[in-house]
Amino acid sequence: MGRRGPAHWLLAAFFGLFVLFLYGPTVTIAILSFQGPEGGLTFPMRGVSMHWFANLFETQAVGDFGGSFSRSIALACMVTGLTVAISLLAGLAFRRRFFGATALFYLTVASLIMPSILVSLGIGLMFNIADVQPSWYGSALGAHLTWTLPFGVLIMLAVFNRFDRALEEAARDLGASPWQVFRHVVLPLIAPSLIGVGLFGFTLSYDEFARSLMSAGSDNTLPLEIYGMTTNVTTPVLYALGTLTTAFSFLVIASCLVGVMTLRRRRLASGRARG
Amino acid sequence: MRAIPAWLQATPLACVLGVFLLVPILTVVVVSFWDYDSTRLIPGFVLENYREVLGEPVTWRIYLSTLRFAAITWAITLGVGFTVAYFLAFHVTSTLWQMVFFQLCTIPFLTSNIIRMISWIPFLGRNGLINQALQGMGITDHPLEFLLFSDFAVMLAFVHLYTLFMVVPIFNTMMRIDRALIEAARDAGASGWAAVTNVIIPLSLPGVAIGSIFVVTLVMGDFITVRLMSGGQSASVGVMMSNAIALLQYPAAAAHAVVLLAVVLLMVAAILRVVDIRKEL
Repeated sequence: MGRRGPAHWLLAAFFGLFVLFLYGPTVTIAILSFQGPEGGLTFPMRGVSMHWFANLFETQAVGDFGGSFSRSIALACMVTGLTVAISLLAGLAFRRRFFGATALFYLTVASLIMPSILVSLGIGLMFNIADVQPSWYGSALGAHLTWTLPFGVLIMLAVFNRFDRALEEAARDLGASPWQVFRHVVLPLIAPSLIGVGLFGFTLSYDEFARSLMSAGSDNTLPLEIYGMTTNVTTPVLYALGTLTTAFSFLVIASCLVGVMTLRRRRLASGRARG
Repeated sequence: MRAIPAWLQATPLACVLGVFLLVPILTVVVVSFWDYDSTRLIPGFVLENYREVLGEPVTWRIYLSTLRFAAITWAITLGVGFTVAYFLAFHVTSTLWQMVFFQLCTIPFLTSNIIRMISWIPFLGRNGLINQALQGMGITDHPLEFLLFSDFAVMLAFVHLYTLFMVVPIFNTMMRIDRALIEAARDAGASGWAAVTNVIIPLSLPGVAIGSIFVVTLVMGDFITVRLMSGGQSASVGVMMSNAIALLQYPAAAAHAVVLLAVVLLMVAAILRVVDIRKEL
């Protein structure tokens, strides 16, 4: 392994093509979203303009973009907070034995592989029968949690599997209370992973379509709005919206990466300062 | 946190999954036996919904075509995903670049699926890049119609969306393979290819199984990719379900859902029978 034979370069080329395949289309619609006012959904570019971005903010042209965007952000923030808190607690719980641990673990995995449309239908029916109006901040919040929590819990399980318990024992031997051990030893060590869990919670909720479909009620979230647009909008305004939401996702991902790196650096620095 | 009992820490998770996963699934199962008319659900116990779902030849045809989507997508994502994971795990020697490349593969997962589907229009459309290129090279004189709004487009989108569900678990499993085993194989005279087939592939199987479970369940339950990329021309189990939902025939949709769930669980069980993934958890 590791010797740079022709196989290595073939694999490297394959990987390069795969990355191009992953990102090429996204880059393409980013370029096409700057089409001139006369331009269409495909090349050639007929001039370069911000026309379609401006078009996006004229409410009547493409539906309720502003409203659905702010609903999606608010929902994603709620999902993020809950996912981080519940996953952390569950991660701590799974370090010990408790009644029903195995069943809860399998339920979590089931939540991951359950077809989204089934969850959506089930929640819609449940609210329908209970005669409760579904809403994006109620039923859709629950629907999104069934998708984000398995990721959060599995990440926390992986983190705690690799966690060195000797550190906690050392703190306890020095007289730390359970809360102090958690606050000053466990939490700083798992903080980067918690940011990762939060990132999954936010982006998966922000982009979730199928689980919102029957649970969001009368007010659309952004993916529902985008789906509505695909059936009746045939101008590059679709690309402008796609470019904006993708740029927003990238911004969220980048700030999380920066957050993780800052935490790591600060820990290294403080470790060095204390000798 | 010894002060707080473990069961109490697990309670929030159990409550959320209980209320928003377990109860909804039970609701679907119960409603699949209910009757309905054009305006409301009628509680009861009828087998009519299942008779309609299973009795229609079109259901069987649609299940077959969905299984075909799943099989083809599985084969392609497995081939591509395994190759990419193998490159990352065994050919990228710097840990930093390994992490950078790995992140590069996972980031698209955190962006919108619908937008990623839409982004194929400039390539596949009637006047898209592929048709322009083919006509420019004189390979055809008229634009190919089958590129967008076809089974081909659906499968392309599936591969585009879901390959990273193969890459991530296979890569994780490969990173745990003891490198000494591969060296031992080489010392025993195995060629690079023999080391891959005799050592790496068998030891990567748990990752392959987890990736396969993801891809198969995602494709079987999908309706948005099929509807969007086929322009409504292809059918899948999910599309059938969402049509029933749109017509407010909830018990019929529920019966479809129960059958789908049974099929998906059977497929997962079959995968778990072939490969033991317990060590991965």
